[in-house]
Amino acid sequence: MTFGTLPYVLALVLMLIGLYVIVAKKNIIKIILGVLILEHSINLFLLLQGYRHGGTAPIRAPGQLDTEAFAATSVDPLPQALILTSIVIGLGCLALMVCLAVRLYERFGTFDITRIRELRG
Amino acid sequence: MSSLLPLFVIVPLAAGFIAPLGQFWNQTHGARTVRALALLAGACLLAGSLALLGRGPVVCWIGGWPEPGRATVGLSLVVDGLTELLLVTVNTIAFLALLYSWSYVQRFTGQVLYYCLFLIMLAGMNGVVLSGDLFNVFVFMEVAVMASYALVAFGVDRSELEASFKYIILGSVSSLFVLLGVGLLYNLTGQLNMALVAQHLAAREPTPAVWLAAGCFVMGFGLKSAMVPFHAWLPDAHPSAPAPISAMLSGVLIKAAGVYALCRILFNVFGMTSPTGSAYAHVLMTLGALSMVIGVLLAIGQWDFKRLLAYHSISQMGYVLLSIGVGGAVLAAGGSKTVAGLAVFGGLFHLVNHAVFKGLLFLCSGAVEYATGTRDLHELGGLKKNMPATSGCCRVAALAIAGVPPFNGFFSKLIIIVAVAAAGYWMLAGMAVFVSFMTLLSFVKVQRYVLEGTPAHTTAAVREVPFPMQVAMVGLAIGCLLLGVLAPLHKDRLITPAGRVLTDERAYAATFQPPTFDVTIPEIAARPDSQERQP
Repeated sequence: MTFGTLPYVLALVLMLIGLYVIVAKKNIIKIILGVLILEHSINLFLLLQGYRHGGTAPIRAPGQLDTEAFAATSVDPLPQALILTSIVIGLGCLALMVCLAVRLYERFGTFDITRIRELRG
Repeated sequence: MSSLLPLFVIVPLAAGFIAPLGQFWNQTHGARTVRALALLAGACLLAGSLALLGRGPVVCWIGGWPEPGRATVGLSLVVDGLTELLLVTVNTIAFLALLYSWSYVQRFTGQVLYYCLFLIMLAGMNGVVLSGDLFNVFVFMEVAVMASYALVAFGVDRSELEASFKYIILGSVSSLFVLLGVGLLYNLTGQLNMALVAQHLAAREPTPAVWLAAGCFVMGFGLKSAMVPFHAWLPDAHPSAPAPISAMLSGVLIKAAGVYALCRILFNVFGMTSPTGSAYAHVLMTLGALSMVIGVLLAIGQWDFKRLLAYHSISQMGYVLLSIGVGGAVLAAGGSKTVAGLAVFGGLFHLVNHAVFKGLLFLCSGAVEYATGTRDLHELGGLKKNMPATSGCCRVAALAIAGVPPFNGFFSKLIIIVAVAAAGYWMLAGMAVFVSFMTLLSFVKVQRYVLEGTPAHTTAAVREVPFPMQVAMVGLAIGCLLLGVLAPLHKDRLITPAGRVLTDERAYAATFQPPTFDVTIPEIAARPDSQERQP
């Protein structure tokens, strides 16, 4: 295993932790945190797609017009744009999940999903 | 022409965000204006999607990037036969659901927000079917499903909140798997445009990373379309929403964000004729067959009207995936193009038919609930006397879903069974016949307990639902009849071009033909550590 693969391992570990929390935990808040961990592991994975060791920031200096030379030294900006979008989407989703959690607590008086069981069959 | 394509997303999105302003104007007039605005937006979209039929492949680049050949980061909207079919289906059901909502939603508080969420969901669905960019598919899918999470919880009752919470957790996980698949494909090809990714994938040997990406997409979109190992959320979420939303969720959302996206990516991006194609096709067939059988078996025992319909959605979408999967398997094995075309045709025909009759059934269940206040089959009965329009429409839809001629469900199921048998899968054809029989049985029960029998004390004094709701239901009922009887007339304009998109799978990649094929960031695909990570 080289140093370059370590961040990928981290993303994988975070992803497994997120999935474990979603599947195994009973508390609604913990499940929401599990979704967040999973989301950030995938954001980390996307970020690594554009990473280049020692690369420059993907901002062109004024007057630098050579696209090829620029692309050869900078990190890839596209995954960063994707992550920005995905973080915003995740934020909206998180807000909705927390709203639901608050409403569920008002109605059921508990955060324990094993005691929130109206629907079955 | 092509510059008008973004309007399919812009119109509902703009109407959705203008709508909440209506409530600041005047309480009574504001709500009415919002309803009229939403209906107008729906009518415009329907007219636009009909006008688009048969225009062939149209590509629209958004953002004014100067050289579409080089600037592969620009977003494209692509219209081909499959997109046209889905656009017409989505916007027809949406328009009728909006018409139905005119009366139905007046009982709720916050109906302005209802229209806002409805139109945002519609914008997301139109975006998913139009998008030619993998990441944009993800974004529009999130727009559509996020609005649907909120709509499922719209009643903010105990069961609705619980259903919405289950739905949002499973929906988020599935979306994240789709995002992981997009990331893996970007790693492999350095592209996000679906046509360019398809060209790259066709030019290289399948590595384990290709399998992994395909697996992520199958899991993500399989969860969105509620195929059987992933189906647990659907019977909770779909019945909890208000009836027009149930019709939209079951009628079109699981198709646009689930089955359409899955088929588009597996056929047109990964490719069924590639070395890995046969495996994809068999995954689709297995998911389809499992959903078909298990969905109907679970539906038999249900006594909640809408929950029963939700289980049938799983079962009927199983037919669609089974048939399209068989088409893919025939293509992958290099078999007869005619059989593959027939199977794909049957699947897509059933997809449209299911949108129409399941939409109608959910609208009928909403009408029954509107008039009687319950959807428990034990408490209903004898409605045919007091609610002639609703019960007539309900009967048409039940006959259509059970596959009784001359309604549309009969023709599509017949084509599916013939195509599956012609491809040599006799067992699966037998299962399809069996499931059809069980569906009939289940809907005989619905007829018996809702429409026939002696009126229960709760239903003795019911009245027929308001006129807009009747118009929407009768419109869909006529659709059930005409889609079946007039199949020879509409098939060449509507369904055959859509089927050809899937069977001539390389044609999609050819819709993108850059004058100078030159990747802006060549290092990404060739970077040494890009292949090493395999979760």
